[in-house]
Amino acid sequence: MITAIFKREFASYFRTPLAYVILAVFLLLASGCCFFIGRFFESNTASLEPFFVFLPWLFLFLVPAVGMRLWAEERRGGTLELLFTLPITPVQAVLGKFLAGWAFLALAVALTFPLALTVAYLGSPDWGVIVGSYAGGILLSGTCLAIASLMSALTKNQVIAFVLGFAVCLGFVLVGFSLLSDLLNGWGLPVALVDAIANFGFIPHYESITRGLIDLRSVVYFLSLTGFALFLNVVALER
Amino acid sequence: MIEVQNLRKDFGPTHAVDGVSFRVNRGEILGFLGPNGAGKSTTMKMITGFLPPTAGTARVDGLDVRVDPVGVKRRIGYLPESSPSYPEMTVDEFLGFIAAVRFPGDAAAQAGAVERALGLCFLGDVRRQPIETLSKGYKQRVGFAQAVLHNPPVLVLDEPTDGLDPNQKREVRRIIAGMAQEKAIILSTHILEEVEALCTRVIIIARGRVVCDETPAALRARHPEGRLDEVFRELTLGPAAA
Repeated sequence: MITAIFKREFASYFRTPLAYVILAVFLLLASGCCFFIGRFFESNTASLEPFFVFLPWLFLFLVPAVGMRLWAEERRGGTLELLFTLPITPVQAVLGKFLAGWAFLALAVALTFPLALTVAYLGSPDWGVIVGSYAGGILLSGTCLAIASLMSALTKNQVIAFVLGFAVCLGFVLVGFSLLSDLLNGWGLPVALVDAIANFGFIPHYESITRGLIDLRSVVYFLSLTGFALFLNVVALER
Repeated sequence: MIEVQNLRKDFGPTHAVDGVSFRVNRGEILGFLGPNGAGKSTTMKMITGFLPPTAGTARVDGLDVRVDPVGVKRRIGYLPESSPSYPEMTVDEFLGFIAAVRFPGDAAAQAGAVERALGLCFLGDVRRQPIETLSKGYKQRVGFAQAVLHNPPVLVLDEPTDGLDPNQKREVRRIIAGMAQEKAIILSTHILEEVEALCTRVIIIARGRVVCDETPAALRARHPEGRLDEVFRELTLGPAAA
């Protein structure tokens, strides 16, 4: 039954121009960031770091755009009633839809493979790091999507769902960002506390994975945050 | 087949449904009448497991909707008000999705159920069209096809003929009547004649309560000249208004 929900949801991205618009814009921005802002060529190293540094920021737009429709559209169209009078549990519905969105995001991230090919053509990159970075990116996109899906379940307005999803994900990105930590340190907060706060953010965990060391604690962090957001998603739908 | 006991639903301080009880047996078509906002749709939403009741419960085929919602949903075919569907899907894709949820992992049963529903609701010639391009009558029939797809023993239809032209109304009534013998059916409507033409029993609900539960003939007999609209008025507004 999860499969049926998954298939319908995944296919529905491609029934409207939405999927193609999102994919095109994401791939443009991704390569733009990598080559122009990330100074890919000037860095003179065969690595995709300039791309993966920007990925969480791109996700701020990409993921809420993918996740905003998941529940808001069903509420608006009245199909929520249809869905929840079919013999499925809310958990199955939430998982089916989440996995469909995640598969779509994984597809978007995977379509940046020409970047990897470019690096391989120009030099000899560390494939372990690149594969690890892709895994980290897809993991992070899942966590962002679970948050975006939760926000979508709270409203029937997709724009509100997008803005809320963006804001919450931005919060999680900023919390782990060194700028904020420096700021808090500057205010005289104890270093231990600042570190503890920073540990709730995406970036330290994401960086630890994209550095090529798959740190189990970071994987657990992303998975448990995803699980918790999906749990709240079920609760929000059950009212 | 359907047993509703003291069902209540509060939205904040208002009692949308205030202690509704009734039974529907196999072979019966129960007409659910009442003014807008009387609690008809809310009652149906609780029977079909979409809304949790504040108190009381509904049983379908002996299963309590509060204890085994999925079991109840398996036995019910439900047409929600204004028959929502996914507009960008074609009729085939939409019914295929419903079939995939109703008969997971059984491709033959899914295909058979879709063909049967398409035939029953005369949707064969629009099956490859996106639902958003269909007329209201066809959309309503798609909703109907979705509800009867798994040949359920219980049908709950919220205003199945709403917005249809007289020919289409007749068609939908004919389909419902054709299925009546082996099913228990609840349908809500605003059309008093529809109740007489179709239903074996009528329940009138006003301000969240059942004010009348009898046969259409007995209902008509309440008025000396047999005028259903006067009976309806009297029952839903109270004798002072009549």
